[in-house]
Amino acid sequence: MRNHFAGLRRGATLFTGLITLWWLATLTTIPAFLLPSPAAVAAALWQNADYLSHHTLITLTEILSGMALGVVLGGALALGMTFSPWLQRWMMPLVITSQAIPVFALAPLLVLWFGFGIGAKVAMAVLVIFFPVTSSFFDGLRRVTPGYLDLARTMGASRASQLRHVRLLAALPALGSGLRMAAAVAPIGAIIGEWVGSAEGLGFVMLNANARMQSDLCFAALFILVLMTLGLWLTIDFLLRRLISWAPETI
Amino acid sequence: MNPPVDGVPPGISIRQLCLTLGQQQLFSQLDLEIAGGAFTALLGASGVGKSSLMRVIAGLTPPTSGQISGSDGLPLTGRIAWMGQQDLLYPWLTVQQNVCLASRLKGEKADHDWAQHLLERVGLSKYARARPATLSGGMRQRAALARTLYTRQPIVLMDEPFSALDALTRTQIQTLAAEVLVGHTVLLITHDAAEACRLSHHLLVIGVAGIEACTPLQGQPPRAPDDIHVIQSHSALLKQLCRIVR
Repeated sequence: MRNHFAGLRRGATLFTGLITLWWLATLTTIPAFLLPSPAAVAAALWQNADYLSHHTLITLTEILSGMALGVVLGGALALGMTFSPWLQRWMMPLVITSQAIPVFALAPLLVLWFGFGIGAKVAMAVLVIFFPVTSSFFDGLRRVTPGYLDLARTMGASRASQLRHVRLLAALPALGSGLRMAAAVAPIGAIIGEWVGSAEGLGFVMLNANARMQSDLCFAALFILVLMTLGLWLTIDFLLRRLISWAPETI
Repeated sequence: MNPPVDGVPPGISIRQLCLTLGQQQLFSQLDLEIAGGAFTALLGASGVGKSSLMRVIAGLTPPTSGQISGSDGLPLTGRIAWMGQQDLLYPWLTVQQNVCLASRLKGEKADHDWAQHLLERVGLSKYARARPATLSGGMRQRAALARTLYTRQPIVLMDEPFSALDALTRTQIQTLAAEVLVGHTVLLITHDAAEACRLSHHLLVIGVAGIEACTPLQGQPPRAPDDIHVIQSHSALLKQLCRIVR
């Protein structure tokens, strides 16, 4: 519990420090349309609350659907590759290639294929998190302590039972690292999708505000995005800690 | 503790066993009988293939050729409990759940009374709900012993189960193991000549030319560490092992 409070205090200190630095920078001769003051951004947040919350909801939906779909697809592929060396040989190059193509370069194509709506953004988020989820989960499934499986086999456990009671559980900490990474990068995918073509979402708000030199509104959208990503990461981290309380943490 | 089955449990019968792992031929044409209902210790230099032999008997590694069965001629599958060098307690389960692991893996209902009885027997009844990570090395091995007994298998294979423990803990758990395993067919692999002499009815040494016989042991295990027979057979056994390694 003390650790919790210490963490909260550290976060608050860091946050206040950054805001102060920012505020000091706005006191110089930098014009407000280049760098709005914290107060101006707060005002923009307050005045555009309805507008911003509508677009926040859109972006959040995209991120969460992308996360869910990416985790399901990545998890399924990792499981498939664990059971079929054939699938592993054919799919692993594909998984790696999917990372070699810059997602940014794919965004216009995805918008072309899936349209201006939510579909293209979800697809972007899926693409971004697919690799960390698949590779970390697959690694975890592959690296189960061999003795755990030997023991299960001497007790007559079927392959399905070994998967359910040994491999899956032993791979959870590895899947956890993939999920944490996914929570941190999924918003990037959604925002890039919105930048390339959309009429809704925080990415759209930022582009739109920029074009009209409303940098305070742009900063306000960015601020919400940061809060959202942090919130997502902390939620996932909290759930994982509860779920994998048995895994040793040495640091 | 009652014997796992009525009458004498089957021994292990190995016929014409050949085992080649990679380039290395570990055994060729090996014939070996392990007595039913008795404690047999198997010794030998490192790398001679003790653990591999045990894995073959446990059905974890297929033999290159040859036959392994119970002394009654029936296959060993489903009649073996295995205890390895590490405790292999699953860290995500509690101690009691680990003891009942075999039921969990087969999707059967766990026999909690039996598990509780076994935990009491190994002195861990207070730790039924603890996670393995919170236990000491000796307690973890005792939990693994309870898990081994839970399945009520007539044949127990033990691969250096106590080698990582300190001398005092090891002596205590050896005595415990000898007591609770009475009436089972036990094959124990060990590096520790003293452990072999304290615990076993029969001693086997894997030498250059196959399995060598040893001086028969006197008295009933678990023998006291200062038992004159233990000390005598210990020195004879050490001499024999040194000769093989040289």
